[in-house]
Amino acid sequence: MTRVLAAMSGGVDSSVAAALLVEEGHDVVGVTLRLWDNDTDAGCCSVAEIDDARRVAHVLGIDHLVWTFVDEFDAQVVAPYAASHAEGLTPNPCIECNRHLKFGRLLRRATQLGFDAVATGHHARVVEGRLYRGADPLKDQSYVLYVLGQDQLRRIRFPVGTMTKAEVRAKAAALGLPTADKPDSQDVCFVTTSGGREALLSSRIPLHPGRVVDTAGADVGRVDALELVTVGQRRGLGTGGGAKRYAISIDTASRTVVVGEAADLQAESVKLTQLSWVHEPAHGPVQVQTSAHADPVDAVLEGTTVRFAETQRRVAPGQSVVLYRGDEVLGGGIATA
Amino acid sequence: MRPEAVEAMLPYLSERFGNPSGAHAVSREARKALDDARDTVAQCLGARPAEVVFTGGGTEADNLAILGACAVRPGPTVCSAIEHHAVLHACDALGDNRLAPVGGDGVVDLDRLADLLDPSVSVVSVMLANNEVGTIEPLADVVALVRERAPEAVVHTDAVQGFPWLDVASAAASADLVAVSAHKCGGPKGVGALVVRQGVKVRPIIHGGGQERDRRSGTHNVAGIVAMAAAMRATVDERAAHVARVRALRDRLADGLLATVPGCTETGDRATKIAGNCHVSFDGVESESLLVLLDAAGVYASAGSACASGAVDPSHVLAAMGMARAQAIGSLRLSLGTSTTEADVDLALAAIPPAVERLRAS
Repeated sequence: MTRVLAAMSGGVDSSVAAALLVEEGHDVVGVTLRLWDNDTDAGCCSVAEIDDARRVAHVLGIDHLVWTFVDEFDAQVVAPYAASHAEGLTPNPCIECNRHLKFGRLLRRATQLGFDAVATGHHARVVEGRLYRGADPLKDQSYVLYVLGQDQLRRIRFPVGTMTKAEVRAKAAALGLPTADKPDSQDVCFVTTSGGREALLSSRIPLHPGRVVDTAGADVGRVDALELVTVGQRRGLGTGGGAKRYAISIDTASRTVVVGEAADLQAESVKLTQLSWVHEPAHGPVQVQTSAHADPVDAVLEGTTVRFAETQRRVAPGQSVVLYRGDEVLGGGIATA
Repeated sequence: MRPEAVEAMLPYLSERFGNPSGAHAVSREARKALDDARDTVAQCLGARPAEVVFTGGGTEADNLAILGACAVRPGPTVCSAIEHHAVLHACDALGDNRLAPVGGDGVVDLDRLADLLDPSVSVVSVMLANNEVGTIEPLADVVALVRERAPEAVVHTDAVQGFPWLDVASAAASADLVAVSAHKCGGPKGVGALVVRQGVKVRPIIHGGGQERDRRSGTHNVAGIVAMAAAMRATVDERAAHVARVRALRDRLADGLLATVPGCTETGDRATKIAGNCHVSFDGVESESLLVLLDAAGVYASAGSACASGAVDPSHVLAAMGMARAQAIGSLRLSLGTSTTEADVDLALAAIPPAVERLRAS
């Protein structure tokens, strides 16, 4: 029997994760993290979500704690997210949250308090120090976990990683968990559906209007907020009708977005920074996934450069590029401009 | 709950089920109980029976005081920066609140308070004793200042935390409005009272049948009110002896922690604190973690102020006292009461030092 701290968001996956650990006979304590000052009735970190997690804990007969990591979340996730946008980058805040909060701050505190492991409801699998995609290809979350290393994997459990989402829901229903029918969470937790990215970013960084030029440098449109533009974006560039044009680069210094045709967006490679390895550094043939829901494509890793087997749509700078070999997550890095 | 309070309320949960507003024998029985309870509560608070308004707890009493008085004579509100959220948020809700700062000792700064007062001020609210750090506020001085600078303003005091430890009848004698809560003195949760001095007007915030002389509608919670009266009576009767006993326990606890835990700081000045409060902070420790270890050891402490979700929010009280965030994060509140024993203090003194040590080591 091990002492496991089960991170419970109030969603169905983490509810079932905690339930499976209890069934396996572990000594389980649930914890819900308040990462964001959400005073509303709905959405992540709201009282309603914490209530749901606590009710599941009651059904499972385990203790439930609530920890406030608002300061750290702000400093290590939200502020860098805003800063990245100010530089014209397209960050993955969920990855930074996993890196710094769930498998950083939380894991350290769990260890400090004598827990052997932290469990979450992520759809991914850990087998003998190696990280693999979750069993449900539609729900696999290994992309946002590539930043994990050996020291963390030893102390992490992903109990639902071997299950499909349908199996998770069936299990929740069978156990009578009040979260069985809850819809899946979507998108970035601290960006509200009402205000969107713009509301969040405008409260954090100055948003500047920008010129939109074609590859020859001629003005073809304007944007209200350069910081909200993502490489690969097609709509909202003020370029009017005609041929489809995509943002192919963003220069915050000159406040300019360069647009081009689909062909201009194609890239043969992407250079990575902040490389992180799950087990050991890799090189050579790999598969790469360039966003949370993209399909993996064949590539070759040479140093910090990923060369695609076939040209691909350019990776927005700031996005994480995750390297796989089959189902195994080797590691990844962040796309540079 | 105090056994006196439990015993007092039980008949009103069963055979004496009457509604005191009715007109038959069962109702009259309830009415008598309510009248007697009102007399007792009034006496315990140094008020006339007609000045006592029963409410559904201390928060409602604070809200009735602030919203009710401000509705009668609108104007800016003034409250101390360390008020309970029941006062702070009620004042905020009115939209024109002035926060009176406190010193590092948690005592309201009278000079700064004076600067905030002018004849337009509607309500001034300063608590009798703080719920987190236990500091006793100079209420008589506050009232004198208000009478001079804002003669038409109504002075409210939240005496919820102060009542078990202080003679509210004299300590809050000069305040126009005084809020108390049953559960802080061994009564049930969800019952409280507001003293509204003769001549002071509050507009009701709950409308209905006009109970409590049209100041708080709703069928009386007879059992709860009777139990509150019993708890308050017992508290007042035993107060002097209990305060002396608990003060000795608290001093032993605080002195013990200061002596055995390096990097331990006591919050506030014991000379101006209620006897049941032991508030300390530990350098390099997060109280969120400490609470988990202490909970497992059977020591039930708290940190910050409880929030709706059950999380611990950073304390606005400590921030107002100028305590650095890093120190506030390591703060711990140990509340002592009438049921606290020497063995409880022994347990805390045995559990806390190694828990702090363990957290610092890892």
